[in-house]
Amino acid sequence: MKQIKNIAVKEFKDYFISPIAYIVMSLFLIVTGWFFFSTFFIFGRADLRDFFSLLPIIFSFIIPAITMRLFSEEKNVGSYETLLTMPVSFTEVALGKFFAATLFTASMLIPTISYPIFISFIGEIDPGPVIGGYLGAVFLAAAYCSLGLFASSLTRNQIIAFIIGCALCFTLTILDKLLFFMPAKIISVIDYIGANSHFSNISKGIIDSRDIIYFVSVVFIFIFSTYIVMHEKN
Amino acid sequence: MIEVKKLTKYYKDFLAVDNISMTIRKGEILGLLGPNGAGKTTTLRMLTGYFRPSSGSIKIKNFKMPEDTIKIKSLIGYLPESAPLYHNMLVYDYLEYIARIKGIDDKEKRYDRFLQLSDLCGLSSIMAKPIANLSKGLKQRVGLAHAMMTDPEILILDEPTSGLDPNQIAEIRDIIKSIGKEKTIIFSTHILSEAEATCDRIAIIDKGKVVADDTATHLKQNSKHNSVIKLSLKGALKEDAASLLQAIDSSLDVKNADPVEEGLVSFEIINSGNRDFRPDIYLKIKETDWIIAQFSKESQALEKIFRELTSKEA
Repeated sequence: MKQIKNIAVKEFKDYFISPIAYIVMSLFLIVTGWFFFSTFFIFGRADLRDFFSLLPIIFSFIIPAITMRLFSEEKNVGSYETLLTMPVSFTEVALGKFFAATLFTASMLIPTISYPIFISFIGEIDPGPVIGGYLGAVFLAAAYCSLGLFASSLTRNQIIAFIIGCALCFTLTILDKLLFFMPAKIISVIDYIGANSHFSNISKGIIDSRDIIYFVSVVFIFIFSTYIVMHEKN
Repeated sequence: MIEVKKLTKYYKDFLAVDNISMTIRKGEILGLLGPNGAGKTTTLRMLTGYFRPSSGSIKIKNFKMPEDTIKIKSLIGYLPESAPLYHNMLVYDYLEYIARIKGIDDKEKRYDRFLQLSDLCGLSSIMAKPIANLSKGLKQRVGLAHAMMTDPEILILDEPTSGLDPNQIAEIRDIIKSIGKEKTIIFSTHILSEAEATCDRIAIIDKGKVVADDTATHLKQNSKHNSVIKLSLKGALKEDAASLLQAIDSSLDVKNADPVEEGLVSFEIINSGNRDFRPDIYLKIKETDWIIAQFSKESQALEKIFRELTSKEA
């Protein structure tokens, strides 16, 4: 547990030492801000529904950029060897890096809290969906971070890690839009696998254990896969 | 202390380490010699638990791989080849991180250890510098500080002096020697003089096999290799000197060598027997009016042994 914290703290600090954090954060804020507010006044609704519905697609490009360096960079520089010859287990390394990335994404969301605050000045805002939305966003971020982490563990090339990460996250995001093309028998399965429906449930303010179980299992599966990759590559 | 039995490692089909067995006693400095690609790094990586062996066993103190890998890792300080570090961190932050991971939780203790290490490895002036800006020698020292953070009983250093300038090599070698008094050290190198100067024992590895494992003196004694006497004379003619030397014993092979200084004639006298001919040569030359400018038995015997053992069927 202590080692997980040590690694997570170090990785989290690393984001802010390098320029990546600032670039990714400003990119995220510009893109979400622009997309959200460009239609906000046309619809004239005092809620964040459009903002949250943007998140899955934006996350599926932003999060792989955050996670791509986690393993790839270490493997490329060689510090991976230094890390693994210290008294830490594979699980601790994977979890530490995962928490760092999730924490970073969560902190990236903090400036967007100003949106509901501003909106509350111009209209009545229902706090339920807003709180649910942020909770869902953190779950979604955690799931995508685990995907990105897994992609990063596969290669020593950060660009490849980014592309694999995007592909995985994007697939999960658009899966429920592809239902139309699927045979009727497996529609419910595919719908369950896609991240969007679970996220939109939570972001409507409905906190259902099924959705939470979904995100937790995605995180578990991909951290476990990361563990297997680490184990096999030795 | 360290017991390695029948250690073998395959990379897919390529046999990198072939059935290596050896024991390393407490307090010993073992030099692992071998040409590039002989399997030195792979062996060390298996000892540190970074690679899993394809077969064979590693026992360190009473702990076995792979069950007690974490425990073993905490006993070992490891400096990988060319000291890979986190380039975006400051030296101090890096050491702080390492100390935490290695379980030095107490702030005071950590600070004390940093002071000791910065003395030992000469880090005090670079503590606040980013690692990316350090020269290779300095990085190597930070890596050494990393390896010695918890004052481990076993130090494993992979080519600690490669790519350094002669001054830095001497510094690192001094550090190794001074810590080697109480610690078990295994280090790999392909600089022979270094191994000879620092190690208690030398193991030569070639194509994944241990081809020799002994002290430097023993290796030299037991080798059937001829000894070479280097001789330079002043005031002598090449032909006269050569025939005089040849007359000492027919088993000697007198060869002309490039003069070490201007105005000298130099020879290499190869002796294939066990008898030491130096007294005879000296007495012979004493009879003449030549002056001896250089007279030595070659000390590079180890290099020859190394070349002989590792260049077969190359």
